[in-house]
Amino acid sequence: MNWGDDTQAVLLTLKLAFVVTLLLLACGTPLAWWLARTSSRWKAPLSALVALPLVLPPTVLGFYLLMLMGPHGIVGRATQALGIGLLPFSFAGLVVASMLYSLPFVVQPIQTAFEAIGARPLEAAATLRAGPWERFAHVALPLARRGVITAAVLGFAHTVGEFGVVLMIGGNIPGATRVISTQLYNHVEAIEYPAAHRLAAILLAFSFAVLLGVYRLRPQGTLVAAPADGAPRA
Amino acid sequence: MTLEPIRGLRALALAALALLAVRARADEVQVAVAANFSAAAQRIATQFEKDTGHVVKLSVGATGKFYAQIEAGAPFDVLLAADQATPGKLVAEGRALPATLHTYATGKLVLWSADPALVDGQGEVLKSGRWKHLSVADARLAPYGQAARQALASLGLAQAVQARIVTAENIGQALQFVQSGNAELGFVALGQVQPPDGSKPAGSMWVVPATLYSPIRQDAVVIAGTQVAKAATQFVDYLASAKAREVIKACGYGW
Repeated sequence: MNWGDDTQAVLLTLKLAFVVTLLLLACGTPLAWWLARTSSRWKAPLSALVALPLVLPPTVLGFYLLMLMGPHGIVGRATQALGIGLLPFSFAGLVVASMLYSLPFVVQPIQTAFEAIGARPLEAAATLRAGPWERFAHVALPLARRGVITAAVLGFAHTVGEFGVVLMIGGNIPGATRVISTQLYNHVEAIEYPAAHRLAAILLAFSFAVLLGVYRLRPQGTLVAAPADGAPRA
Repeated sequence: MTLEPIRGLRALALAALALLAVRARADEVQVAVAANFSAAAQRIATQFEKDTGHVVKLSVGATGKFYAQIEAGAPFDVLLAADQATPGKLVAEGRALPATLHTYATGKLVLWSADPALVDGQGEVLKSGRWKHLSVADARLAPYGQAARQALASLGLAQAVQARIVTAENIGQALQFVQSGNAELGFVALGQVQPPDGSKPAGSMWVVPATLYSPIRQDAVVIAGTQVAKAATQFVDYLASAKAREVIKACGYGW
Protein backbone atom coordinates (compact mmCIF):
# COMPACT_ATOMS: atom_id res chain seq x y z
CA MET A 1 0.00 0.00 0.00
CA ASN A 2 1.24 3.45 -0.81
CA TRP A 3 0.15 7.06 -1.02
CA GLY A 4 -1.11 6.58 -4.57
CA ASP A 5 -3.75 4.05 -3.56
CA ASP A 6 -4.92 6.24 -0.69
CA THR A 7 -5.10 9.34 -2.89
CA GLN A 8 -7.14 7.47 -5.45
CA ALA A 9 -9.52 6.30 -2.71
CA VAL A 10 -9.87 9.86 -1.37
CA LEU A 11 -10.62 11.28 -4.83
CA LEU A 12 -13.14 8.53 -5.59
CA THR A 13 -14.88 9.14 -2.27
CA LEU A 14 -15.21 12.87 -2.98
CA LYS A 15 -16.57 12.13 -6.46
CA LEU A 16 -19.09 9.68 -5.04
CA ALA A 17 -20.20 12.13 -2.34
CA PHE A 18 -20.61 14.97 -4.86
CA VAL A 19 -22.69 12.90 -7.28
CA VAL A 20 -24.84 11.43 -4.52
CA THR A 21 -25.46 14.82 -2.87
CA LEU A 22 -26.50 16.48 -6.14
CA LEU A 23 -28.85 13.65 -7.07
CA LEU A 24 -30.29 13.50 -3.56
CA LEU A 25 -30.97 17.25 -3.49
CA ALA A 26 -32.71 16.91 -6.85
CA CYS A 27 -34.94 14.02 -5.71
CA GLY A 28 -35.09 14.79 -2.00
CA THR A 29 -36.31 18.39 -2.21
CA PRO A 30 -39.60 17.62 -4.03
CA LEU A 31 -40.12 14.64 -1.73
CA ALA A 32 -39.51 16.81 1.35
CA TRP A 33 -41.86 19.49 -0.04
CA TRP A 34 -44.61 16.93 -0.54
CA LEU A 35 -44.06 15.35 2.90
CA ALA A 36 -44.13 18.78 4.57
CA ARG A 37 -47.42 19.85 3.02
CA THR A 38 -49.47 16.73 2.45
CA SER A 39 -52.16 15.34 4.70
CA SER A 40 -52.33 12.16 2.61
CA ARG A 41 -52.63 8.84 4.40
CA TRP A 42 -49.42 7.83 2.60
CA LYS A 43 -47.44 10.44 4.54
CA ALA A 44 -46.73 8.22 7.56
CA PRO A 45 -45.73 5.08 5.62
CA LEU A 46 -43.56 7.10 3.26
CA SER A 47 -41.87 8.98 6.12
CA ALA A 48 -41.16 5.66 7.80
CA LEU A 49 -39.68 4.30 4.57
CA VAL A 50 -37.43 7.36 4.19
CA ALA A 51 -36.19 6.96 7.79
CA LEU A 52 -35.51 3.21 7.52
CA PRO A 53 -31.81 3.54 6.57
CA LEU A 54 -31.29 5.23 9.97
CA VAL A 55 -32.32 2.01 11.66
CA LEU A 56 -31.07 -0.78 9.40
CA PRO A 57 -27.45 -1.79 9.94
CA PRO A 58 -25.58 -0.73 6.78
CA THR A 59 -24.12 -4.20 6.17
CA VAL A 60 -27.65 -5.62 6.26
CA LEU A 61 -28.83 -2.98 3.81
CA GLY A 62 -25.79 -3.78 1.65
CA PHE A 63 -26.47 -7.50 1.77
CA TYR A 64 -30.05 -7.09 0.56
CA LEU A 65 -28.94 -4.64 -2.13
CA LEU A 66 -26.42 -7.26 -3.28
CA MET A 67 -29.28 -9.74 -3.54
CA LEU A 68 -31.74 -7.30 -5.15
CA MET A 69 -29.22 -5.91 -7.65
CA GLY A 70 -27.76 -9.35 -8.46
CA PRO A 71 -28.80 -11.39 -11.52
CA HIS A 72 -31.57 -13.16 -9.59
CA GLY A 73 -32.94 -10.03 -7.88
CA ILE A 74 -35.80 -7.82 -9.11
CA VAL A 75 -33.59 -4.78 -9.62
CA GLY A 76 -30.85 -6.84 -11.26
CA ARG A 77 -33.30 -8.35 -13.75
CA ALA A 78 -34.68 -4.91 -14.55
CA THR A 79 -31.25 -3.31 -15.10
CA GLN A 80 -30.23 -6.25 -17.30
CA ALA A 81 -33.43 -5.99 -19.34
CA LEU A 82 -32.76 -2.26 -19.79
CA GLY A 83 -29.27 -3.03 -21.06
CA ILE A 84 -27.56 -1.31 -18.11
CA GLY A 85 -26.07 -4.56 -16.85
CA LEU A 86 -25.59 -5.39 -13.19
CA LEU A 87 -24.95 -2.67 -10.60
CA PRO A 88 -22.79 -4.40 -7.95
CA PHE A 89 -19.03 -3.84 -8.32
CA SER A 90 -19.60 -0.60 -10.26
CA PHE A 91 -19.49 3.12 -9.46
CA ALA A 92 -23.14 3.47 -10.55
CA GLY A 93 -24.08 0.75 -8.07
CA LEU A 94 -22.35 2.67 -5.25
CA VAL A 95 -24.23 5.82 -6.23
CA VAL A 96 -27.61 4.06 -6.07
CA ALA A 97 -26.80 2.37 -2.77
CA SER A 98 -25.41 5.58 -1.21
CA MET A 99 -28.53 7.50 -2.24
CA LEU A 100 -30.72 5.06 -0.36
CA TYR A 101 -28.37 5.08 2.60
CA SER A 102 -28.13 8.89 2.89
CA LEU A 103 -31.75 9.66 1.95
CA PRO A 104 -33.03 10.53 5.47
CA PHE A 105 -30.09 12.86 6.08
CA VAL A 106 -31.14 14.96 3.11
CA VAL A 107 -34.94 14.70 3.22
CA GLN A 108 -35.45 15.31 6.92
CA PRO A 109 -33.68 18.70 7.35
CA ILE A 110 -35.37 20.07 4.21
CA GLN A 111 -38.77 18.76 5.32
CA THR A 112 -38.34 20.34 8.77
CA ALA A 113 -37.38 23.65 7.19
CA PHE A 114 -40.41 23.58 4.87
CA GLU A 115 -42.70 22.74 7.77
CA ALA A 116 -41.34 25.64 9.81
CA ILE A 117 -42.29 28.15 7.12
CA GLY A 118 -45.94 27.56 7.88
CA ALA A 119 -48.86 28.40 5.60
CA ARG A 120 -48.86 32.22 5.96
CA PRO A 121 -45.99 33.29 3.67
CA LEU A 122 -47.28 30.95 0.98
CA GLU A 123 -50.84 32.25 1.34
CA ALA A 124 -49.53 35.80 1.15
CA ALA A 125 -47.67 34.91 -2.04
CA ALA A 126 -50.81 33.31 -3.44
CA THR A 127 -52.83 36.50 -2.86
CA LEU A 128 -50.13 38.26 -4.88
CA ARG A 129 -50.97 35.83 -7.69
CA ALA A 130 -47.85 33.66 -7.32
CA GLY A 131 -48.45 30.26 -8.91
CA PRO A 132 -47.55 26.98 -7.18
CA TRP A 133 -44.12 26.83 -8.85
CA GLU A 134 -43.35 30.46 -7.99
CA ARG A 135 -44.46 29.91 -4.40
CA PHE A 136 -42.10 26.95 -4.19
CA ALA A 137 -39.12 28.47 -6.01
CA HIS A 138 -39.31 32.11 -4.89
CA VAL A 139 -40.80 31.83 -1.41
CA ALA A 140 -40.42 28.39 0.14
CA LEU A 141 -36.98 27.45 -1.17
CA PRO A 142 -35.25 30.74 -0.16
CA LEU A 143 -36.89 30.58 3.27
CA ALA A 144 -35.73 26.99 3.70
CA ARG A 145 -32.23 27.59 2.39
CA ARG A 146 -30.49 26.79 5.66
CA GLY A 147 -32.32 23.48 5.79
CA VAL A 148 -31.18 22.75 2.24
CA ILE A 149 -27.57 23.63 3.07
CA THR A 150 -27.68 21.46 6.19
CA ALA A 151 -29.13 18.63 4.10
CA ALA A 152 -26.42 18.96 1.47
CA VAL A 153 -23.63 19.00 4.05
CA LEU A 154 -25.04 16.06 6.00
CA GLY A 155 -25.72 14.04 2.85
CA PHE A 156 -22.18 14.71 1.64
CA ALA A 157 -20.55 13.89 4.97
CA HIS A 158 -22.65 10.80 5.51
CA THR A 159 -21.71 9.45 2.09
CA VAL A 160 -18.02 10.12 2.77
CA GLY A 161 -18.30 8.10 5.98
CA GLU A 162 -20.33 5.31 4.44
CA PHE A 163 -18.80 1.90 4.97
CA GLY A 164 -21.03 -1.13 5.42
CA VAL A 165 -23.01 -0.78 2.21
CA VAL A 166 -19.90 -0.23 0.09
CA LEU A 167 -18.16 -3.14 1.75
CA MET A 168 -21.02 -5.44 0.78
CA ILE A 169 -21.56 -4.44 -2.84
CA GLY A 170 -18.28 -2.79 -3.83
CA GLY A 171 -15.79 -5.56 -4.56
CA ASN A 172 -12.96 -3.18 -3.61
CA ILE A 173 -12.00 -2.24 -7.19
CA PRO A 174 -9.40 0.58 -7.30
CA GLY A 175 -10.79 3.66 -9.02
CA ALA A 176 -14.34 2.26 -9.17
CA THR A 177 -15.48 1.12 -5.75
CA ARG A 178 -12.53 1.44 -3.35
CA VAL A 179 -13.40 4.39 -1.11
CA ILE A 180 -11.70 5.88 1.98
CA SER A 181 -13.67 3.90 4.53
CA THR A 182 -13.06 0.48 2.96
CA GLN A 183 -9.42 1.35 2.33
CA LEU A 184 -9.07 2.38 5.99
CA TYR A 185 -10.76 -0.82 7.12
CA ASN A 186 -8.42 -2.89 4.97
CA HIS A 187 -5.39 -1.15 6.47
CA VAL A 188 -6.65 -2.00 9.96
CA GLU A 189 -7.43 -5.61 9.05
CA ALA A 190 -4.00 -6.05 7.46
CA ILE A 191 -2.43 -4.64 10.66
CA GLU A 192 -0.98 -1.70 8.68
CA TYR A 193 -1.67 0.68 11.53
CA PRO A 194 0.48 3.67 10.38
CA ALA A 195 -1.36 3.81 7.04
CA ALA A 196 -4.68 3.39 8.86
CA HIS A 197 -3.88 6.24 11.28
CA ARG A 198 -2.97 8.53 8.38
CA LEU A 199 -6.23 7.91 6.54
CA ALA A 200 -8.27 8.06 9.75
CA ALA A 201 -6.72 11.44 10.53
CA ILE A 202 -7.79 12.76 7.12
CA LEU A 203 -11.33 11.44 7.59
CA LEU A 204 -11.57 12.79 11.13
CA ALA A 205 -10.29 16.26 10.21
CA PHE A 206 -12.66 16.41 7.26
CA SER A 207 -15.70 15.31 9.28
CA PHE A 208 -14.90 17.76 12.06
CA ALA A 209 -14.54 20.63 9.60
CA VAL A 210 -17.89 19.77 7.99
CA LEU A 211 -19.74 19.59 11.29
CA LEU A 212 -18.05 22.76 12.53
CA GLY A 213 -19.29 24.49 9.39
CA VAL A 214 -22.83 23.28 9.97
CA TYR A 215 -22.87 24.44 13.60
CA ARG A 216 -21.37 27.82 12.67
CA LEU A 217 -24.24 28.17 10.24
CA ARG A 218 -26.74 27.34 12.92
CA PRO A 219 -25.47 28.28 16.36
CA GLN A 220 -28.63 27.37 18.25
CA GLY A 221 -30.32 24.65 16.24
CA THR A 222 -29.71 20.94 16.33
CA LEU A 223 -28.68 19.28 13.10
CA VAL A 224 -31.91 17.66 12.03
CA ALA A 225 -34.57 19.91 13.55
CA ALA A 226 -33.65 22.99 11.56
CA PRO A 227 -36.21 25.82 11.64
CA ALA A 228 -36.35 28.00 8.54
CA ASP A 229 -35.19 31.61 8.51
CA GLY A 230 -37.77 34.13 9.50
CA ALA A 231 -40.22 31.49 10.52
CA PRO A 232 -42.14 32.21 13.68
CA ARG A 233 -40.97 29.93 16.47
CA ALA A 234 -43.67 28.13 18.40
CA MET B 1 -12.19 -4.72 66.55
CA THR B 2 -13.78 -7.92 67.78
CA LEU B 3 -13.02 -11.37 66.50
CA GLU B 4 -16.55 -12.13 65.44
CA PRO B 5 -16.73 -10.22 62.14
CA ILE B 6 -13.30 -11.55 61.14
CA ARG B 7 -14.43 -15.08 61.78
CA GLY B 8 -17.53 -14.35 59.75
CA LEU B 9 -15.45 -13.01 56.91
CA ARG B 10 -13.18 -16.01 57.02
CA ALA B 11 -16.18 -18.33 56.76
CA LEU B 12 -17.44 -16.33 53.84
CA ALA B 13 -14.07 -16.46 52.11
CA LEU B 14 -13.92 -20.22 52.63
CA ALA B 15 -17.39 -20.62 51.20
CA ALA B 16 -16.41 -18.51 48.18
CA LEU B 17 -13.26 -20.60 47.67
CA ALA B 18 -15.28 -23.81 47.87
CA LEU B 19 -17.67 -22.42 45.30
CA LEU B 20 -14.78 -21.48 43.00
CA ALA B 21 -13.38 -25.01 43.34
CA VAL B 22 -16.69 -26.49 42.25
CA ARG B 23 -16.91 -24.06 39.35
CA ALA B 24 -13.36 -24.81 38.24
CA ARG B 25 -14.50 -28.24 37.18
CA ALA B 26 -16.89 -26.71 34.64
CA ASP B 27 -14.92 -23.84 33.17
CA GLU B 28 -16.13 -21.53 30.47
CA VAL B 29 -13.71 -21.22 27.54
CA GLN B 30 -14.02 -18.20 25.26
CA VAL B 31 -12.88 -19.21 21.79
CA ALA B 32 -12.25 -16.79 18.93
CA VAL B 33 -12.65 -18.75 15.71
CA ALA B 34 -11.88 -17.78 12.11
CA ALA B 35 -15.04 -17.46 10.01
CA ASN B 36 -14.15 -20.26 7.58
CA PHE B 37 -13.92 -22.81 10.41
CA SER B 38 -17.05 -21.81 12.34
CA ALA B 39 -19.28 -24.72 11.26
CA ALA B 40 -16.65 -27.29 12.19
CA ALA B 41 -15.79 -25.49 15.44
CA GLN B 42 -19.42 -25.50 16.50
CA ARG B 43 -19.69 -29.28 16.09
CA ILE B 44 -16.37 -29.91 17.82
CA ALA B 45 -17.32 -27.58 20.69
CA THR B 46 -20.59 -29.44 21.26
CA GLN B 47 -18.73 -32.74 21.35
CA PHE B 48 -16.08 -31.28 23.69
CA GLU B 49 -18.75 -29.98 26.09
CA LYS B 50 -20.36 -33.43 26.17
CA ASP B 51 -17.02 -35.16 26.84
CA THR B 52 -15.56 -32.78 29.43
CA GLY B 53 -18.39 -30.82 31.04
CA HIS B 54 -16.70 -27.53 30.20
CA VAL B 55 -18.63 -24.82 28.41
CA VAL B 56 -17.31 -23.38 25.13
CA LYS B 57 -18.38 -19.93 23.90
CA LEU B 58 -17.52 -19.27 20.26
CA SER B 59 -16.97 -15.83 18.72
CA VAL B 60 -16.79 -15.97 14.94
CA GLY B 61 -14.84 -13.32 13.06
CA ALA B 62 -11.83 -12.34 11.02
CA THR B 63 -8.40 -13.34 12.31
CA GLY B 64 -6.95 -9.84 11.84
CA LYS B 65 -9.75 -8.34 13.91
CA PHE B 66 -9.21 -10.88 16.68
CA TYR B 67 -5.53 -9.95 16.72
CA ALA B 68 -6.37 -6.29 17.30
CA GLN B 69 -8.88 -7.23 19.99
CA ILE B 70 -6.47 -9.57 21.81
CA GLU B 71 -3.83 -6.81 21.69
CA ALA B 72 -6.41 -4.61 23.41
CA GLY B 73 -7.03 -7.19 26.12
CA ALA B 74 -10.13 -8.96 24.80
CA PRO B 75 -11.16 -11.81 27.13
CA PHE B 76 -10.47 -14.70 24.70
CA ASP B 77 -8.89 -17.89 26.01
CA VAL B 78 -8.24 -19.58 22.67
CA LEU B 79 -7.66 -18.38 19.12
CA LEU B 80 -8.44 -20.68 16.17
CA ALA B 81 -6.87 -18.58 13.44
CA ALA B 82 -7.22 -18.81 9.67
CA ASP B 83 -3.46 -18.61 9.29
CA GLN B 84 -0.14 -19.34 10.98
CA ALA B 85 1.18 -15.79 11.00
CA THR B 86 -1.24 -14.32 13.54
CA PRO B 87 -0.87 -16.97 16.29
CA GLY B 88 2.90 -16.90 15.62
CA LYS B 89 2.93 -13.15 16.09
CA LEU B 90 0.95 -13.41 19.35
CA VAL B 91 3.43 -16.00 20.68
CA ALA B 92 6.39 -13.81 19.66
CA GLU B 93 4.84 -10.89 21.55
CA GLY B 94 4.27 -12.99 24.65
CA ARG B 95 0.50 -12.76 24.30
CA ALA B 96 -0.02 -16.49 23.68
CA LEU B 97 1.38 -19.69 25.20
CA PRO B 98 4.03 -21.19 22.86
CA ALA B 99 3.56 -24.78 24.11
CA THR B 100 -0.05 -24.82 22.94
CA LEU B 101 0.63 -23.63 19.37
CA HIS B 102 -0.16 -26.19 16.67
CA THR B 103 -1.85 -26.62 13.29
CA TYR B 104 -5.41 -27.84 13.78
CA ALA B 105 -6.56 -27.82 10.17
CA THR B 106 -5.23 -27.38 6.65
CA GLY B 107 -7.59 -25.67 4.24
CA LYS B 108 -8.34 -26.71 0.68
CA LEU B 109 -8.88 -24.12 -2.02
CA VAL B 110 -11.64 -24.66 -4.60
CA LEU B 111 -12.86 -22.75 -7.63
CA TRP B 112 -16.62 -22.74 -7.21
CA SER B 113 -19.69 -21.60 -9.13
CA ALA B 114 -23.37 -21.71 -8.26
CA ASP B 115 -23.93 -22.67 -11.91
CA PRO B 116 -23.73 -26.51 -12.12
CA ALA B 117 -22.34 -26.33 -15.68
CA LEU B 118 -19.70 -23.60 -15.44
CA VAL B 119 -16.64 -25.00 -13.67
CA ASP B 120 -14.92 -28.05 -15.19
CA GLY B 121 -12.69 -30.57 -13.42
CA GLN B 122 -9.47 -28.90 -14.63
CA GLY B 123 -10.23 -25.24 -14.03
CA GLU B 124 -10.04 -24.55 -17.80
CA VAL B 125 -13.00 -22.19 -17.36
CA LEU B 126 -10.55 -19.59 -15.99
CA LYS B 127 -9.08 -19.23 -19.50
CA SER B 128 -12.50 -18.77 -21.08
CA GLY B 129 -14.64 -15.69 -21.62
CA ARG B 130 -17.72 -17.32 -20.12
CA TRP B 131 -17.65 -15.19 -16.98
CA LYS B 132 -17.39 -11.52 -16.07
CA HIS B 133 -16.40 -11.52 -12.41
CA LEU B 134 -14.08 -13.78 -10.47
CA SER B 135 -14.52 -13.42 -6.71
CA VAL B 136 -11.28 -13.61 -4.69
CA ALA B 137 -10.72 -12.75 -1.02
CA ASP B 138 -8.21 -9.96 -0.31
CA ALA B 139 -4.76 -11.55 -0.40
CA ARG B 140 -3.48 -9.22 2.32
CA LEU B 141 -6.27 -10.12 4.72
CA ALA B 142 -7.28 -13.71 3.96
CA PRO B 143 -5.01 -16.75 3.62
CA TYR B 144 -7.41 -18.21 1.05
CA GLY B 145 -7.09 -15.01 -0.96
CA GLN B 146 -3.32 -15.38 -0.88
CA ALA B 147 -3.61 -19.03 -1.95
CA ALA B 148 -5.94 -18.05 -4.81
CA ARG B 149 -3.44 -15.47 -6.06
CA GLN B 150 -0.64 -18.04 -5.86
CA ALA B 151 -2.74 -20.56 -7.80
CA LEU B 152 -3.51 -17.98 -10.50
CA ALA B 153 0.20 -17.14 -10.72
CA SER B 154 1.14 -20.84 -10.95
CA LEU B 155 -1.34 -21.23 -13.80
CA GLY B 156 0.15 -18.18 -15.53
CA LEU B 157 -3.25 -16.47 -15.46
CA ALA B 158 -2.62 -13.69 -12.94
CA GLN B 159 -2.38 -10.96 -15.61
CA ALA B 160 -5.12 -12.32 -17.84
CA VAL B 161 -7.85 -12.33 -15.18
CA GLN B 162 -6.72 -9.32 -13.10
CA ALA B 163 -9.25 -6.88 -14.57
CA ARG B 164 -12.14 -9.25 -13.88
CA ILE B 165 -11.34 -9.91 -10.22
CA VAL B 166 -13.66 -8.56 -7.53
CA THR B 167 -12.01 -8.48 -4.13
CA ALA B 168 -13.95 -9.66 -1.10
CA GLU B 169 -12.94 -8.60 2.38
CA ASN B 170 -12.91 -12.17 3.62
CA ILE B 171 -13.59 -15.68 2.41
CA GLY B 172 -17.19 -15.51 3.63
CA GLN B 173 -17.87 -12.53 1.42
CA ALA B 174 -16.05 -14.19 -1.48
CA LEU B 175 -18.63 -16.98 -1.25
CA GLN B 176 -21.49 -14.47 -0.90
CA PHE B 177 -20.52 -12.73 -4.16
CA VAL B 178 -20.71 -16.08 -5.98
CA GLN B 179 -23.80 -17.40 -4.19
CA SER B 180 -25.77 -14.26 -5.04
CA GLY B 181 -24.75 -14.66 -8.68
CA ASN B 182 -23.02 -11.28 -8.85
CA ALA B 183 -19.76 -13.08 -9.60
CA GLU B 184 -20.08 -16.16 -11.80
CA LEU B 185 -17.29 -17.97 -10.01
CA GLY B 186 -14.81 -17.52 -7.21
CA PHE B 187 -12.07 -19.04 -5.09
CA VAL B 188 -13.45 -20.22 -1.76
CA ALA B 189 -12.64 -22.79 0.92
CA LEU B 190 -13.80 -26.36 0.36
CA GLY B 191 -15.09 -26.20 3.94
CA GLN B 192 -17.60 -23.53 2.92
CA VAL B 193 -19.27 -25.46 0.12
CA GLN B 194 -18.83 -29.02 1.37
CA PRO B 195 -21.97 -30.16 3.26
CA PRO B 196 -20.84 -31.77 6.55
CA ASP B 197 -22.73 -34.98 5.73
CA GLY B 198 -20.25 -35.66 2.92
CA SER B 199 -22.77 -35.24 0.09
CA LYS B 200 -21.86 -33.55 -3.18
CA PRO B 201 -21.67 -29.73 -3.00
CA ALA B 202 -24.19 -27.69 -5.01
CA GLY B 203 -23.12 -25.92 -8.21
CA SER B 204 -19.85 -26.90 -9.87
CA MET B 205 -16.31 -26.82 -8.58
CA TRP B 206 -12.68 -27.61 -9.18
CA VAL B 207 -10.57 -28.62 -6.19
CA VAL B 208 -7.37 -26.68 -6.88
CA PRO B 209 -4.36 -29.07 -6.73
CA ALA B 210 -2.35 -28.46 -3.57
CA THR B 211 0.81 -28.14 -5.70
CA LEU B 212 -0.42 -24.78 -7.07
CA TYR B 213 -0.35 -22.92 -3.74
CA SER B 214 1.45 -23.09 -0.41
CA PRO B 215 -0.53 -25.00 2.21
CA ILE B 216 -3.19 -23.03 4.10
CA ARG B 217 -2.29 -24.07 7.63
CA GLN B 218 -4.58 -22.81 10.36
CA ASP B 219 -3.04 -22.64 13.82
CA ALA B 220 -4.59 -22.73 17.27
CA VAL B 221 -3.10 -21.22 20.41
CA VAL B 222 -4.07 -20.50 24.02
CA ILE B 223 -3.98 -16.79 24.89
CA ALA B 224 -1.63 -15.78 27.72
CA GLY B 225 -3.26 -14.52 30.89
CA THR B 226 -6.31 -16.77 30.54
CA GLN B 227 -8.09 -17.61 33.78
CA VAL B 228 -8.96 -21.08 32.53
CA ALA B 229 -5.60 -22.25 31.14
CA LYS B 230 -6.29 -25.90 31.88
CA ALA B 231 -9.65 -26.11 30.13
CA ALA B 232 -8.39 -23.94 27.26
CA THR B 233 -5.37 -26.19 26.72
CA GLN B 234 -7.65 -29.20 26.93
CA PHE B 235 -9.81 -27.73 24.15
CA VAL B 236 -6.81 -26.98 21.93
CA ASP B 237 -5.52 -30.55 22.45
CA TYR B 238 -8.99 -31.91 21.75
CA LEU B 239 -8.77 -30.52 18.20
CA ALA B 240 -6.21 -33.25 17.44
CA SER B 241 -8.38 -36.05 18.86
CA ALA B 242 -9.87 -38.70 16.58
CA LYS B 243 -13.39 -37.42 17.23
CA ALA B 244 -12.50 -33.84 16.29
CA ARG B 245 -10.52 -34.91 13.23
CA GLU B 246 -13.49 -36.84 11.93
CA VAL B 247 -15.47 -33.57 11.98
CA ILE B 248 -12.58 -31.59 10.51
CA LYS B 249 -12.28 -34.04 7.61
CA ALA B 250 -16.04 -34.12 6.97
CA CYS B 251 -16.03 -30.32 6.82
CA GLY B 252 -13.48 -30.31 4.00
CA TYR B 253 -10.18 -29.80 5.82
CA GLY B 254 -7.02 -31.84 6.28
CA TRP B 255 -4.56 -31.42 9.13
